Amino acid sequence: MAKTILTVDDSRTIREMLKAALTDAGMEVVQAEDGVHGLEVLETCDPDVIITDINMPRMDGFGFIEAVRGSDRHRAIPILVLTTESVDDKKDRARRAGASGWIIKPFDPVKLVTAINRVAA
Amino acid sequence: MDTMAAIKQTFFQECEEQLTEMEEGLLMIEREEGDLETINAVFRAVHSIKGGAGAFGLDDLVRFAHTFETTLDGMRSGKLEITPQVVKLMLRSADVLSDLVRISRDGGEMDATRVAQMTEELSKAGGMAPAPAVQPAPAADFSFEPVAAGGDGAGVDEFGFAPVQISFDTLISEDVAAGAHRFEISFTPRPELYSKANDALRLLRELGRLGDMEVACDVAALPPLDEIDPEGAYLTWKIDLSTDADEKSVREIFEFVEFDCDLSIDVNVIGMDEESASQTVEAILAQVAAEEAAQSEAVLPLAVEPVSAPIEPAAALEPAPKTPVAANQQSQPAAQSAQQPGATIRVDLDRVDRLIDLVGELVINQSMLAQRVTEAGIARLSDVAVGLDDLEHLTREIQDSVMAIRAQPVRPIFQRMSRVVREVADMTGKSVRLVTEGENCEVDKTVIERLADPLTHMIRNAIDHGLEKPEDRVKAGKPEQGVVKMVAAHRSGRVVIEVSDDGAGINRAKVREIAVNKGIIEADAPLTDAEIDDLIFAPGFSTAATISDVSGRGVGMDVVRRSIQALGGRITISSRPGNGTTFSLSLPLTLAVLDGMVVTVAGQTLVVPLSAIVETLQPKAADVHGLGEKARVIAIRGSFIPLVDVGSVLSYRDEEADPLQGVAVMVETENQSQCALMVDGIIGQQQVVIKSLETNYGHVFGVAAATILGDGRVAVILDVDAIVAGSRSDVARADANRKRSAA
Repeated sequence: MAKTILTVDDSRTIREMLKAALTDAGMEVVQAEDGVHGLEVLETCDPDVIITDINMPRMDGFGFIEAVRGSDRHRAIPILVLTTESVDDKKDRARRAGASGWIIKPFDPVKLVTAINRVAA
Repeated sequence: MDTMAAIKQTFFQECEEQLTEMEEGLLMIEREEGDLETINAVFRAVHSIKGGAGAFGLDDLVRFAHTFETTLDGMRSGKLEITPQVVKLMLRSADVLSDLVRISRDGGEMDATRVAQMTEELSKAGGMAPAPAVQPAPAADFSFEPVAAGGDGAGVDEFGFAPVQISFDTLISEDVAAGAHRFEISFTPRPELYSKANDALRLLRELGRLGDMEVACDVAALPPLDEIDPEGAYLTWKIDLSTDADEKSVREIFEFVEFDCDLSIDVNVIGMDEESASQTVEAILAQVAAEEAAQSEAVLPLAVEPVSAPIEPAAALEPAPKTPVAANQQSQPAAQSAQQPGATIRVDLDRVDRLIDLVGELVINQSMLAQRVTEAGIARLSDVAVGLDDLEHLTREIQDSVMAIRAQPVRPIFQRMSRVVREVADMTGKSVRLVTEGENCEVDKTVIERLADPLTHMIRNAIDHGLEKPEDRVKAGKPEQGVVKMVAAHRSGRVVIEVSDDGAGINRAKVREIAVNKGIIEADAPLTDAEIDDLIFAPGFSTAATISDVSGRGVGMDVVRRSIQALGGRITISSRPGNGTTFSLSLPLTLAVLDGMVVTVAGQTLVVPLSAIVETLQPKAADVHGLGEKARVIAIRGSFIPLVDVGSVLSYRDEEADPLQGVAVMVETENQSQCALMVDGIIGQQQVVIKSLETNYGHVFGVAAATILGDGRVAVILDVDAIVAGSRSDVARADANRKRSAA
């Protein structure tokens, strides 16, 4: 069965790129524009993996991850963080917030899919 | 590839939005209206541009955005104090970033020294921070070199065959990569691993793809069943892996979880001891699954895999009374999403234009139908006529709604002007503040687009010629900083944009002198102040002698006036010596339709724009007076107003018509002077769809555009100002000829 991926990013460009890469890999894509929107979308769907940006208006990626991990319904969904920073403190914060892994922007579609397969069989 | 091109287009569209947001934020900070969220928004905008640019390999853009972002981050974290200088620096950087974006999109050469200089200034500003230095440029090079970043982070695992693998081989020492390896791995997940939705079994499966693997599960730490914490982690996996992959590839599989488990990886190059695998991976996994199954018979179902399973059942077992609460929570975000600005769709402009064209046709069709019905002598109250009335209302409404799609606030163009102000202020060494009002005023998109050049030119003029040098301002008792003001407002179906400065006003003596020198006017021409001011719009008035670097570029105010007129607009000037100059643009809200009065002149049907008409009247013999040889005026309520015969100005007839036989249409021109246009008769008032004559045919004197009337005939729409001006120059020429022949 095709995996459903929720992508949360305020940049339309990144959302489109994710969508193109994921759709190519035969996955279904659901999109949200920021953390608040992401949580709204989660009310209506149960994705296999969530990919989220960190810097977003209204609710950033850290807040979003914490909210998802705090929800009974969704806390078991693997979450990958999109980050332009390969710096460790961003990864660290994401990890502490409950991220399952991360993807470094700019991402290679192959690596993106690999990372997803690593967290969701 | 196509998809990428489309995404790239999205990227540049988004860049425009982000650049606007960035500039808006910086200007707010400059006015000291910003707060932390403003800085955050600016940071995010730059960050997003960087993120997207990285994906398209726009390295220059990425590098600069990164430096910019780093300095902004300093501002955000309070390391960099926000002073007017810093904000100025940010604004100038924003300009560089905009240029980089545009060059990335449209091609062209970026002034590398400008970027380098800006980068240096930014780095320096960032480095000024006393606290832990924000690493500037070098960090950018390191973390955003695409290969390094990819290799560093995006977890790669499974493929010994993937091309990406090759790049990793180069990153690790040769000797390890050389041969097949045997890894002895001990992997003990901690509960955190599971709470982050990672899964030990999945990692093992990934590991298995690298080569031959033997797995043993150490259950020694597993407590008695009644002591098992369902969210605990008790298992240790001993893995024996034979693979061609190197240690890095193996470690990468554990990359996401390395802090949430105890992991040891020992590597041996395989040599003598070729152990035959007694169990396949599948067998091991099957065994594990069997163990799990055995445990799951107990009360606590999934001790081995605490993550994936217990959650759903728990949610399902949620006590019933809680459900309404959940429902409420659900409805609230839904309401929020309705308010979200995201409730928009993007539509190709061509489609909107096609729709507007079609609605235009609909309007024409509807009025033709109305005319046919009238001609057929159908009673006004008949069903057909009433139905037609409804249709007319609907058509109007559809038209308004479609026009509204194209309407956009003038804000972006106003914002663009703030940059122009900065640049010109820099170049001229003047200190200028731009004040804007009415940015939310909506105008047709085409009008907005075509306003950019004229407005830019006017702003440049206002600063370069209008505002005095700071020292002169102080002498005149004005504040050192000059003010340029842009105000947009809706006034009676048009949008009016005023550009004013608080400078010295127009130097009329000098303007007059220039105009005489250039042969635009006679040396002794009797001109009012307003007429002198108006001379700056005269073709050929601005020439090299008056053009500085700033307002130059070979465009004079005559071009500005022409481009405004091409939009169906008017531009007027008013100036008070010592107090400054105001340019006033009056523009139609839309370029597609116009309310007009349909008149006849010499057997032709013409349309006079209603916006220009003040009143209409039937001249009486006593009110019409001759003036000079040819000119005539009409007395209306005590003042004399020139009478212009449209028919002769447009050369429809040689002899002027008798004013007493026709109708006088009083019009007001762009410079507020009044004039009475003589026409033969009035047919009625009607909304007409504007069809450009220039795109389909060519420019014709006195004609603004054409339209199709209800009966299917083409009628021209009068360019009232041109006709009035044409009649004046006729008179002026006649006067001049007379003088010459007299002398």
